[in-house]
Amino acid sequence: MSAADRSLADFMAQALAMEREAVERYTEFADAMEIHNNREVAAMFRTMAGYESKHAEQIMAEMGWKEDPQPPAGGFGWPDLEAPETVPIDEVHYLMQPWHALQLALAAEQRAEVFFGKLAAAATSDSVRRAALELQAEEQEHVELVRAWLTKVPTPDGDWATDPDPPRYTD
Amino acid sequence: MNDVAVPAAVLTAANYKSATKPIWCPGCGDFSVLGAITKALAKLQLPPHEVAVVSGIGCSSRIPAYTNCYGFHGVHGRSLAAATGLKVARPDMTVIVTGGDGDGYSIGGNHFMHACRRNVDMTYIVMDNHVYGMTKGQASPTTEPDWDNKLSPGGTGVRSFHPLVIALAAGASFVARAFAGDPNGTADVIAQGIRHPGFSFIEVLSPCVTFRPEQREWKQHVHQAPVASTDDAAQAARRVMTDDGFNLGVLYAGDRTPYPARSGKAVQQVAELEAEFAL
Repeated sequence: MSAADRSLADFMAQALAMEREAVERYTEFADAMEIHNNREVAAMFRTMAGYESKHAEQIMAEMGWKEDPQPPAGGFGWPDLEAPETVPIDEVHYLMQPWHALQLALAAEQRAEVFFGKLAAAATSDSVRRAALELQAEEQEHVELVRAWLTKVPTPDGDWATDPDPPRYTD
Repeated sequence: MNDVAVPAAVLTAANYKSATKPIWCPGCGDFSVLGAITKALAKLQLPPHEVAVVSGIGCSSRIPAYTNCYGFHGVHGRSLAAATGLKVARPDMTVIVTGGDGDGYSIGGNHFMHACRRNVDMTYIVMDNHVYGMTKGQASPTTEPDWDNKLSPGGTGVRSFHPLVIALAAGASFVARAFAGDPNGTADVIAQGIRHPGFSFIEVLSPCVTFRPEQREWKQHVHQAPVASTDDAAQAARRVMTDDGFNLGVLYAGDRTPYPARSGKAVQQVAELEAEFAL
């Protein structure tokens, strides 16, 4: 395997890890929302997990991988605490509505787009630059899809988080 | 007969999760800690049947049910006592203890100190959110003295407990701090703690979004410790006494011999165990 191939493989391993982590987080959110009987949002997170999972499988197929490659010893060195497409664990609420879920997805897709754009700009090999630009374009497409989806869900009222039976008995 | 060796299947984090779904509030940091524990176990490729997860009572103490390892969801504050017994009787097992700040530092405070002192080879992961979540938001030992809420108006006025310093003073041989919002970093620290021989104490800052929503800000404050870990407990104690409380990583790794000195050999007969206590 040439150095260029190796670097493409490393890059694609990172892209794959990004998708896998997004799947894991959306699945956690979907499970949590189901437990809290917020079924509409649970279904939405489950759908998002499904999309990210498909992207992961596309990368596996493109690279001809049967198993996920091992991550590098020091991790992937994400620009933030987690991979760009992963919604931070604390950004959900048990009463959130589809609009909120889509806003989180939109922000995640935008972070991913910026991430791949920066990688493309910094790439030293043509194969990596091409792959990064391709993935950036895909993320841009996802951004537009989420934006279109957002027009189809109602904007929440200002008191969306008001719970007549709150968990805090001191409220 | 085909005698070609079949490679052992690689265990992934998913292999350590049970089918039971967590009932934590959406947004709770404990989800990430559960993920970090399973990632650490996958990193170490420990078979689930060779791992026991022991807990006390509280939100975070529900973790044993969410793993595929052996589990013991025990008595409030007594997880370390149960885990110590388990590890001494079955040194071949990897023992992980999970809990929260109330369970570990208040109800189980004395067990915590003596577990550090005994230095039995196990890993204690405390998900610290500075509040009693399961019982609806009372101040815990690590709550800031001026945390104002309806249950303690104006704050408790009581100095916060400093678990890392207590652990160092009491003799823990591995002390680390992690953050739930950084599950990969937390998994690395947990894996190091499991590998370390002796009592490993890992404090994970795990925000409670329901009773301490302001803890969402923690992700803006956490940072990697600016210095490498030390094997000098006094130096580590000085560092954690004077840091901002958001230094992450392994802060201390000593080399004190774990109790009991033998390791990897399970006690087969009760008489063998009794012999160790003979005067």
